[in-house]
Amino acid sequence: MVTRYVPPKQSVAGQLFDVACLLALVFGALFLPIWLQIAVPSRVEKLPPGVTYTTAANGTKTWSGLSWEKLGQNPTMQAQWKKLGYSKEKAADIITHPFEYDIDVSGVVLTAIVVLGYFLFMLFMSEKEYRQVIAEKFD
Amino acid sequence: MTDVAQAQPKQHLELLKVLGPAHIWALGVGIVLVGEFMGWNFAVGKGGALGALIACWVIGLLYTCVAMIDSEITSTVAAAGGQYTQAKHMIGPLMAFNVGLYLVLAYTMLEAADVQVAGQLIQIGAQNFGFAIPWQPFTILVLAILAFINYRGVFMTLTINFVITAAAFVTIIILLIGTQPWNPGAVLLHKELLTGLPYGWIGVLASLHFGIWYYLGIEGTCQAAEEVRSPGRALPMGTMLGIITLLIAAALTWYVCCGLLPWQYLGWDDELAPLYDAARMLGSPFFTTLLFIGTLLSATASANGCINDASRAWFSMARDVYLPTWFGAVHPRYRTPFRSIVFLIPIAAIFALFIPLAQVITFSILSGLLNYTFMPINMFKFRRMWPLGTIKRGFEHPFHPLPAIVLFVLCSVTFFAVYLGYGRQLLAMMAFYIVASCWFAFHRYRYVKRGNQFTMPWPRPIGY
Repeated sequence: MVTRYVPPKQSVAGQLFDVACLLALVFGALFLPIWLQIAVPSRVEKLPPGVTYTTAANGTKTWSGLSWEKLGQNPTMQAQWKKLGYSKEKAADIITHPFEYDIDVSGVVLTAIVVLGYFLFMLFMSEKEYRQVIAEKFD
Repeated sequence: MTDVAQAQPKQHLELLKVLGPAHIWALGVGIVLVGEFMGWNFAVGKGGALGALIACWVIGLLYTCVAMIDSEITSTVAAAGGQYTQAKHMIGPLMAFNVGLYLVLAYTMLEAADVQVAGQLIQIGAQNFGFAIPWQPFTILVLAILAFINYRGVFMTLTINFVITAAAFVTIIILLIGTQPWNPGAVLLHKELLTGLPYGWIGVLASLHFGIWYYLGIEGTCQAAEEVRSPGRALPMGTMLGIITLLIAAALTWYVCCGLLPWQYLGWDDELAPLYDAARMLGSPFFTTLLFIGTLLSATASANGCINDASRAWFSMARDVYLPTWFGAVHPRYRTPFRSIVFLIPIAAIFALFIPLAQVITFSILSGLLNYTFMPINMFKFRRMWPLGTIKRGFEHPFHPLPAIVLFVLCSVTFFAVYLGYGRQLLAMMAFYIVASCWFAFHRYRYVKRGNQFTMPWPRPIGY
């Protein structure tokens, strides 16, 4: 015969503490890395050959050597950009920022270990807990 | 003395069983259809227009596997909480806690993305009439109205969803007709705008990340399992019809948008509403207004369904003492998990107001992806512990174990796709779940009654 586990009753203060822990976790792990711009998409700036720009103190960019053709835009694309209200300078801010997919092997391995380790830990602990549940339910 | 039913045995008020297949379809598609109006286009940014199309097909296969597995298990474990309750019965409490969190975060972040889009769209609409207004108050207003509707009752919530989802879907069809697809080159300019694969096949792989967004949330159908009149019929039928609807909508959306917009514009991180922008390209106030309304309706319907689903998952965890029991209360009059509804709203609001759209969406996608990774493990255990014929199943999916294997492989590949471009955000999300798991396993679980975790009237599982 299995001894039934009788859990302690949680106080109101304990419940509030647990809610605070979860909120701290949500904002600490998810909100802050984005808010502090630590976890941002890996876009890079790639200017076409012969294209440069200078940035004024107020952030305004002055381009030189810029053309739709250098941005790789055919006449149809140019027409569509213009319909959307974009000049070539404004479009250049988008087109010159592609993603960078250089694969860092150590980064991939680290991420894989973290994901795999998480699942293994969870399955191991769950199995242990599940056996207690089944024993209490059926024995 | 409070007039609220607390999460104690024998004092439960039960959720009302009022939903049919149409509501299940509306719950699934209502949440997901917004993925055609915004967010999917970031797949174009990661892999080009053709890359996004390939992602749409590959991820469509992933979701077909999800729907097959989900239909069998959900129609058998017909209880609120969906995959959370499944995990509790088949894998164990810690897995269940994590699955509950996946659901809550996937839907809460999707809800945040929805209301962010709704607020910004209202701002754009006002600008078109010459009014310069901030978007943030409208985001909060939309969220507050939807929270109130959800607070009042599930039937009203999902009936409204059915109407606005159907209306939003019709706007996509009307836009397609307006682009004269029978006359290539007249309006749609695929030949000139499609540029092959700008990043090569690595870009196609990377675009699987946002390919998830075409369909994310369809598994939400099983959140309402406890409120369905006939789970064995309504859940598989509603889910399968939902997947078919989404496959059609995704293909049409891609076809229209990629025939009108340059891929770099479409895939840019700040691009809010691609179908609305596609409508603008037609130069017709009718289409612009129509897609403005369609996008707004779809975002609203999605947020509405998300509030419903996230609160049910949170409520279920509280009812099992995985979370403070205070959240496990059912409203005595409206019979809704009102405290769970109200608690999650500010979290959605803060992410909606301060986090960029592509990154809010990525949080939702990652939680969804972790949930899909759990499903094949769940399916293998389910068939092994209760083989066919040992318990009554509402639906038996064919070709097992093929869908489970395909799903597991596609999930693994999609994790790598997220790593490409969003690696740090992936690690942040994993850090969250690892710390939360330790918190549950080493602190919270001591308040949980062991035997109460198994509530289905099934025989002892084989191997235990």
